[in-house]
Amino acid sequence: MPLSAYLTLAAILFSIGLFGVITRRNTVGILLGVELMLNAVNINLVAFSRFHDTEVGMVFTLFAICITVAEVALGLALVILLFRMRKTAIADHIDWLKG
Amino acid sequence: MNNPIALILLALLAPMAAFLLIAVVPSLRRAGRPAAIVSIAAVLTSLLSAIRVWLLAGDVTTPIRAAWPWLPAENGALGTVGVLIDPTSTLMLILVTLVATLVQIYSLEYLHTEPPAALGRYYAYQSLFVFSMMGVVIAPNLLQLFICWELVGVCSYLLIGFWYRKPEAARAALKAFWTTKAGDVGLLIGIVLLYRLAGTWDLLELRSMVETGTLAAAGLGVITFCLYLGAMGKSAQFPMHVWLPDAMEGPTPVSALIHAATMVTAGVYLLVRTDFLFKLTPDVLLLVGWIGAITALMAAILACVQTDIKRVLAYSTVSQLGYMMTAIGAGFAGAGFLHLLTHGVFKALLFLGAGAVIHAVHSNEMSDMGGLFKKMPQVAVVFIIGTLSLAGVPLFAGFASKEEVIGATLAGGLTGPFVMLLIAAFLTAFYMFRVVFVVFFGPRKKTDASLHGQEYVHGAVHSHDPGVLMAGPLWILASAALGIGGYFTLNHPESEFTLPGWLTPVAVAVAFGGILMAFLTYERQVISADSLARAFGPIRKAALAKFWIDDIFEGIYRNILLALARGIGWVDRYIVDGVLNVVSAWTLEGGDALRRIQTGRVGDYIFALAAGLLVLMFWMGGSF
Repeated sequence: MPLSAYLTLAAILFSIGLFGVITRRNTVGILLGVELMLNAVNINLVAFSRFHDTEVGMVFTLFAICITVAEVALGLALVILLFRMRKTAIADHIDWLKG
Repeated sequence: MNNPIALILLALLAPMAAFLLIAVVPSLRRAGRPAAIVSIAAVLTSLLSAIRVWLLAGDVTTPIRAAWPWLPAENGALGTVGVLIDPTSTLMLILVTLVATLVQIYSLEYLHTEPPAALGRYYAYQSLFVFSMMGVVIAPNLLQLFICWELVGVCSYLLIGFWYRKPEAARAALKAFWTTKAGDVGLLIGIVLLYRLAGTWDLLELRSMVETGTLAAAGLGVITFCLYLGAMGKSAQFPMHVWLPDAMEGPTPVSALIHAATMVTAGVYLLVRTDFLFKLTPDVLLLVGWIGAITALMAAILACVQTDIKRVLAYSTVSQLGYMMTAIGAGFAGAGFLHLLTHGVFKALLFLGAGAVIHAVHSNEMSDMGGLFKKMPQVAVVFIIGTLSLAGVPLFAGFASKEEVIGATLAGGLTGPFVMLLIAAFLTAFYMFRVVFVVFFGPRKKTDASLHGQEYVHGAVHSHDPGVLMAGPLWILASAALGIGGYFTLNHPESEFTLPGWLTPVAVAVAFGGILMAFLTYERQVISADSLARAFGPIRKAALAKFWIDDIFEGIYRNILLALARGIGWVDRYIVDGVLNVVSAWTLEGGDALRRIQTGRVGDYIFALAAGLLVLMFWMGGSF
């Protein structure tokens, strides 16, 4: 398969993730969207690594997955804290910065 | 020490050192009397040095000049500071230091009820004043003269307002400062214009330029007029004389020093110093002469209607300053300077004598005084000596100098001013002897201290001769007045002009006429003072209103200056502020409208972020 196929898959995955982040009202849903966007990036990295014959991209992807795990743990902790404080997990209800 | 330059620097810097010491060391200032001792020691040093300089260099024909460069610039120093020793400056220096010394000694007793801290403050100002006045006198260039001139003005302000808790004193201090400052602006402009014309501030260089004819005469009239404006303010010439009578709110010794002998003569001194410039501009000189004569006559009329003893003396000072200016205007600065010196001595004497009377009676009003000859014979005698000097009676100090001034006016061809000065001389003798007869010989009207108009609250009433600290300076000045008078009666002063033979008898007759008139009116009461007042009804009414000059100034202030200020205030409030207010309102409304973009929802921000990124990517599409 050509490189463009992988890149197209990644772009579609990224767009779905972004759409989820923008449209989901639930905080957990937003986090899931972010995960999708991150995985799209990982697919890109792996594809370029493969087609350019270098392992650096692979290693980088491993790092990215590790950090994603940490990020999800942190993000979920924030969501729980938020829920305890505001009794809601809906992002639209948290509008302290409203002008 | 035989070096006149070192001596004159010692004379100049001793009071400055005293001032710094008293000003910087608070414990000394708050102690009061020790500060006074320091100040008196310093001014005494100055007096002795000044006398020594006079003995060494009082008759030099070529002035001794020492100058150090100041204000360094690319092409050499712009100005110099230094000293100029010639007969004029040494004589003036002796007058200043002599009167200052006596006044400072006199003040020690006169102000003995002041709290020590106030006394310390007083002596600090006094020392600063002596320094500044000497700076004016020995300045070799106009720049240094101007700086010291301003310092003198500041000291005058501080000393008039010495009793600053008294509203009249605070007002008078401000009035004096503002009025003289108005003239000083003219002086500054004149000095700057002169520098542009001649390229130097130095008096000797200017003089040599005038003598060799290298100074362009074009535009000099404006310059001398500006210089005269400065002198007009300081020397209380019509119409800027209004501050001097009000300045009498200060302590009497201050009036004796500043408003009789030294500061007010600074204007005359400036004109004597720059006489060679004024000679080139006869129009300005004519103006100086006429205004001097108007001042002399007007102030003499005003002095006749005053009831406050110090105000009589104040108007008399204004009048005598007019005499000096008239002589300068007639082209004979020497005569004016001679009158300055003798007037300094006997007017200081008169003020200090009046101070002794006020100290005893606790009132400035002559209606509270009377029959004091028996109570305080010493003061009466010295006051009469001063009065005779001022009236221009032969054998006394004012005689020769006043005759010189009147003669100079005639010789200079100013017939109108000559007549005015003769009338003023008659009035001078009249109003001064009115004071003498009312205060020292008239019936005693008050036995106790009166409550109104008193200079300060005092414990016991003591209408007797003052102690040695006040009497001493009085006698020294009185003997100086007698000595000068006797000397000039024997050796007539060398004039640059010949006096007509009939002038001396006329001058003496005028003086005695005035004395006789006062004697008949106030002692024998052959002429009723009331009918005299009726005979001069309109003039008297005008004089009581001070010729409306204060009112005119106030009218100018209220109707022109304040209206202008209100107009400018309107422009500021509605046009300048209006533009700013509109701009600020727009900013506020714009901010309020833009505020609504901030929804506070995370999704919106991310959408905007993504959309922005997309736009950027399309925009930079070519380079991807």
